[in-house]
Amino acid sequence: MALMRYDNQYNRRTYPPVVRGSERDIIVIEDLVKSYGDRKAVDGLSLSVREGEIFGFLGPNGAGKTTTVRCVSTLTNFDSGTIRVDGVDLLKDPVTAKSRMGIIQQQISLDKDLTVRENMTHHAMCHLMSKKEREPRIAELSETFGLTEYMETPINSLSGGWKKRVAIVCALLHRPKILFLDEPTTGLDTNARRLLWDVVRKLNIDGATVILTTHYIEEAESLCDRVAIIDHGHVIALDTPHALCTSIGSMAVEYVSDGKTLYRYFGTRQEAKDFAAGLDEDSHILIRRTNLEDVFVELTGREAGLG
Amino acid sequence: MTVSLARQVYYVAWGDMRFIRHNILNIAVMSIMSPLLYLIAFGFGLRAGETSIGVSYVAFVIPGIAALSSLSASFSSTSTRMNVQRLYYKSFDEMMMCPLSLHAIALGKCVLGLFRGLFASCLIYVLGLCLPQAPELALTPLAFVCILISCMTFALLGMAAALMAKSHQSLATLNSLIILPMTFLCGTFFSVADLHPVFQAILYCLPLTHASECIRAAALPAYLDFPVLSLVALVAFGIAFYCIVYHLLKTRKI
Repeated sequence: MALMRYDNQYNRRTYPPVVRGSERDIIVIEDLVKSYGDRKAVDGLSLSVREGEIFGFLGPNGAGKTTTVRCVSTLTNFDSGTIRVDGVDLLKDPVTAKSRMGIIQQQISLDKDLTVRENMTHHAMCHLMSKKEREPRIAELSETFGLTEYMETPINSLSGGWKKRVAIVCALLHRPKILFLDEPTTGLDTNARRLLWDVVRKLNIDGATVILTTHYIEEAESLCDRVAIIDHGHVIALDTPHALCTSIGSMAVEYVSDGKTLYRYFGTRQEAKDFAAGLDEDSHILIRRTNLEDVFVELTGREAGLG
Repeated sequence: MTVSLARQVYYVAWGDMRFIRHNILNIAVMSIMSPLLYLIAFGFGLRAGETSIGVSYVAFVIPGIAALSSLSASFSSTSTRMNVQRLYYKSFDEMMMCPLSLHAIALGKCVLGLFRGLFASCLIYVLGLCLPQAPELALTPLAFVCILISCMTFALLGMAAALMAKSHQSLATLNSLIILPMTFLCGTFFSVADLHPVFQAILYCLPLTHASECIRAAALPAYLDFPVLSLVALVAFGIAFYCIVYHLLKTRKI
């Protein structure tokens, strides 16, 4: 099953029709509310993440994705609601919940005054790993991520891509059951982005539940088993990418009318063809499968990625 | 796995200890520079002669400079590094996501300030002991205890300030409006007892006044009675700052 999925890893149009991950919910969020002054960043958000899946938060800038992740990962307090992580109530036992989570933040969050090895060691120490545990783990991960020759290099001397690798290693050192990736590929070039996608898939195969926030539609389509579309602080849709796409119609007709690109969605290719046949020949007609970008625009009424 | 609080404090402080190791020369020079300048300017430059308590002005001012150094070194090193880690590197977020006790984070992040404050204060104190112009100064364990408490109190103040600061600029403003005036007014270079009672009342509300009085009395045991109440007040300030830090960490108002 996994091999089939990964053979098609860069094919945006092919979705696995089944949901991976177990039936057990590893994260359950109920009626989460978080305000900054008068503005509600998260407004009664409820959802659950299944163990072993790659779960995506998709939404425009300011939709509440990062705030939700910061609340679940204990970085921000919340006004009301409940969050359970692997069966542990976040407010009652945050220390146990923290031991099961790792996070790769949008902004590289390393101590830039220290070397690569020192950052890794300090991170492992703060996750209460003994010297016997942490040293082989650091060696293993630094080799996996090609960091062996940079271990004594100060973080400040590394390029953005290499810093990101160090941040990934730090997040993985304590073998978290749940890994948060907050817009992990922002600022990365295409190669580095695809490398990170492969890393995420590998981690997921190894058993980690991955929660990804992104405003890159392509990223969500390529990686996620299920996607929640968030807007104005609450979930407006949650399903597999395949189900979300078919919910608006599996085929899209893209055409130009009066200088504007318009979209219409249909259940079958034949319906789409019939509609296209009625359009002017100079309408630059394109018939294609619907994608998450179509769903996003339909639901939020905004252009994807622009917020 | 249960890890003791002391070990957790060590884990938290480890990164800052490595930072000190990388910058040891810089830190040593920075720590001694301002107390040395104060000593030269106020101790030798002014040549104030004998004070009302019967000791030379140099002997009087050195414990004050030690107290001042405990404030400036402990406060600024803790607050600056915390501020950078929290607002710019975001590495403090990583620490907050670790399964560490908040007490360990509060105490561990003060170790850098404690170390730098102790280094600067003890250096000026030892220098004073070697000066022929300050024969009245004595080396007492109580003076060291007072310096230690003072450094811890101001490191905690630095941490509280860094946790509350919205930007580097707001920390700089706090430094200019509160820390700098405290440096000069809280009995470091003159006796608070010589001031008008209203000013005395204001200055006794500030921790550095108590730190100066404690360190001075402990360093000049033959000339001054030890102000136990000031020591209690200094410890109370330390506890209050600790509670603020813990509250800020607990409620994530950071």
